[in-house]
Amino acid sequence: MSKQRISCTVNGEPVEFLAGASQSLLDALRDELGLTGSKEGCGSGDCGACSVTLDGRLACACLVFAPEAQGRQIGTIEGLAQGGRLHPVQQQFLEHAALQCGFCTPGLLVAAKALLDRNPDPTETEVRYWLAGNLCRCTGYDKIVRAVLDAAAQLRAQEARP
Amino acid sequence: MNDAVSAPALQVVGQRPIRPDGADKVTGRANFGADLRLPGMLTGRVLRSPHAHARILSIDTAAARALPGVKAVVTAADFPEPGNQAVEAGEGAATLRALSENCMARGKVLYVGHAVAAVAATSADIAEAALGLITVRYEVLPHVIEVEAAMAPDAPLLHDDLFTKGVTPRPSAPSNIAEKISLGRGDAAAAMASAEVVVSGRYVTAPVHQGYLEPHACVASAGADGQCQVWVSTQGHFAVRAMCAGLLGIELRDIRVTPAEIGGGFGGKTTVYLEPVALALSRQCGRPVRMVMTRAEVFEASGPTSGCVIEARIGANAEGRVLAAELVLKYQAGAFPGSPVGAGCMAALACYDIEHVAITGYDVVSNRAKVAAYRAPGAPMAALAVESCLDELSLRLGIDPIELRIRNAVRPGAKAVYGATFREIAFIETLEAIRNHPHYRAPLGPDQARGVACGFWFNIGGESSAAVHVDEAGGVTVVSGNPDIGGSRASMAMMAAETLGVPIARVRAIVADTSAIGFSATTGGSRVTFATGMAVVQAAGKVVDDLRRRAGLIWECPLDQVQWQGGQAVCTDPSKTVKPLSLAEIAGRSARTGGPIAAHASLTAQGAGPGFAVHLCDIALDRETGRPTVVRYTAAQDVGRAIHPSYVEGQIQGGVAQGVGWALNEAYLYDADGRLLNPGFLDYRMPVASDLPMIDTVLVESAPNKRHPYGAKGVGEAPIVPPLPAVACALSRLVGHRLRELPLSPPVLLQALDQPGAAG
Repeated sequence: MSKQRISCTVNGEPVEFLAGASQSLLDALRDELGLTGSKEGCGSGDCGACSVTLDGRLACACLVFAPEAQGRQIGTIEGLAQGGRLHPVQQQFLEHAALQCGFCTPGLLVAAKALLDRNPDPTETEVRYWLAGNLCRCTGYDKIVRAVLDAAAQLRAQEARP
Repeated sequence: MNDAVSAPALQVVGQRPIRPDGADKVTGRANFGADLRLPGMLTGRVLRSPHAHARILSIDTAAARALPGVKAVVTAADFPEPGNQAVEAGEGAATLRALSENCMARGKVLYVGHAVAAVAATSADIAEAALGLITVRYEVLPHVIEVEAAMAPDAPLLHDDLFTKGVTPRPSAPSNIAEKISLGRGDAAAAMASAEVVVSGRYVTAPVHQGYLEPHACVASAGADGQCQVWVSTQGHFAVRAMCAGLLGIELRDIRVTPAEIGGGFGGKTTVYLEPVALALSRQCGRPVRMVMTRAEVFEASGPTSGCVIEARIGANAEGRVLAAELVLKYQAGAFPGSPVGAGCMAALACYDIEHVAITGYDVVSNRAKVAAYRAPGAPMAALAVESCLDELSLRLGIDPIELRIRNAVRPGAKAVYGATFREIAFIETLEAIRNHPHYRAPLGPDQARGVACGFWFNIGGESSAAVHVDEAGGVTVVSGNPDIGGSRASMAMMAAETLGVPIARVRAIVADTSAIGFSATTGGSRVTFATGMAVVQAAGKVVDDLRRRAGLIWECPLDQVQWQGGQAVCTDPSKTVKPLSLAEIAGRSARTGGPIAAHASLTAQGAGPGFAVHLCDIALDRETGRPTVVRYTAAQDVGRAIHPSYVEGQIQGGVAQGVGWALNEAYLYDADGRLLNPGFLDYRMPVASDLPMIDTVLVESAPNKRHPYGAKGVGEAPIVPPLPAVACALSRLVGHRLRELPLSPPVLLQALDQPGAAG
């Protein structure tokens, strides 16, 4: 099977890789680019463990063909912390003990940040419905929802500061 | 041992520090089972049975072997034929033979998804293509799926050599009933006859999967000298070592197993599926082999827990005192013996002090994937039957459901039917915590109802090892042999910090491979914080003794005049005017006081202390669509003492969510050919964030476990037990009659609303 040369931007960095025609973006991120933070829980878009952003839009990387990444901006869990500083949503996950095994965590964090980028002041219900595409089997979601709400408050407070 | 329990103030235990492995897990740096890449690594894939029951007539692998890029092919012929010796397989025993035949079918396939052959190739595409080139000739046999059908005398037999254990005389004909268990005391029949009220019912639950988000994954690499390494996502890397050694005829010393971070297990990662296969492939070709299950393979070939049928009869007097209980539990084991029916029988009535009890359990094989342990194995289904009966009793007698349970609850000193005598238990206090909770009296909305139910889990101790190392600057590393499945590095580090008297920030915690730490039993049975915690505290205690000795050496003062207080050595000899020596100061002088500072502890922990849970669940039912919505949930639990309260709450909340999924939606569905219809998350519907409310927790800490230095009990399993009956009881009120079969999905509830006697 011939491979295609793909150029795109991952977490702000230009990258190039060779993609098989039927390869998923998730496999390309993990196997070609060594970014194993995005996880495969199902391979069918049902669990959200591979959540990434594609030109700013939340997507399951397992449902995107790698060649579709050509010329696009991709954001993964590895790009959430800036210069070694955790994003507030990452920090709040730690403070709230919002993870147990941690396998769904990268996808949940990418999805939560995508929510807060759009809606800085979500209600509990909005958080629950936005995250309904991300399965977590360990936590019962309670601490995750609280962490996202607190991260939103923290981000709003940072914005308000002169 | 009990000194710490009575110590007035704990500095670290009971606090909520950030877990040591937290940053890696929120940044994507943590390496799970499928994340390892090795030079020359191959991809392994498994060919699985399309039939529920068939004889394997032949397997032709020649074409697959000839495909360029294929480096190894294995079938059962490549595994030694093991005997019937028992092996510890998570929270249940199995024979080596059954374990081997489950990893690779020999002679017959026993369920759709049963492994038949495996290949290793230079790419996943080539491996997949190679599977298509393997020709297997089958003689399809009649199959049986449901437990009672499998028990019928004319049922298709899975194993010609399976004779029911626990029956005398030994049966002359083989059967699908692997074992009959009898448990009880007193004269249940006579006591039942004297009861003023008797309630009874036949309860049915579907098999449900543990549903860990991370599929099974491993890398195996066999060296030219026969020494092997396995990297794997597992709850027990020592168990993986033992099973691989047993299945492949390798010495334990020649296998080193490194636990990857584990993406959930809930009991399902306490046995082996891929590991021996990957190792066999690697031994054939000398290259590392990575194997990862697809989600469909996880559903078809791993886990789940038993579906079952339970017949229950409970009799009481007019005051609500239970006089007698009779239970018959029939549990599916899957293709090989070993359902959790034994634990189900033992746990079923453990919450209550009942004089006359008769329990019968059946372990039944059928053409489904072999069950694996799932959080409080066997107990939630039994609780559905027993707690539903108690709910009926409370309605029939007009007694408040908590009051009814308090009248029957076990107290310290009570002897359980299964033999244990309870010591420090706080079941009554846990019941009272719910009765006193504002939720218990909160008004319900229209079309809402409330369910209350209790749950029990034994918790276990067992073998654990830990080491505590002090570096030359006074930093501390805690090494243990238990995969951290939900924050145990945090509790290990906290208990070490508490014992050493140092801030938690000074302590690191790691999980070591099978060669780097002494044997440690599997992470399961809610044992790690209790048992491995004891090993950590013991090792840290040895370090403290050593630090005191070294301080005495430096001060030239006898050991009994050196105390360890607040993380430093203090001299109590009034004739000496010496300043206290901190851990860092002593560590800096270690070369002159006996060398490096480190201690190891290995032990068998006993006295785990059982867990009791009482849950309260409000459900709303949409009468037009049949959709149930959990609107409020409160869970109280006897936790001994919470080491890290956030992670204890998390265990409770997670158990509740799994139990609610079990009650409302989750089920294995089969077609007429015995094929699983829903091997994916879209159709096997686990709760998502929008399905659940916040889950309030009440940690009852009035009965610390005296066997543990900081009072810990296991907490992880009890919380999955009450949700099944709590949900079913609430919905029974809403439909107006007793609901006895799970899952209670919208179509089932719509039908229940249409039944005669249903509340309009």
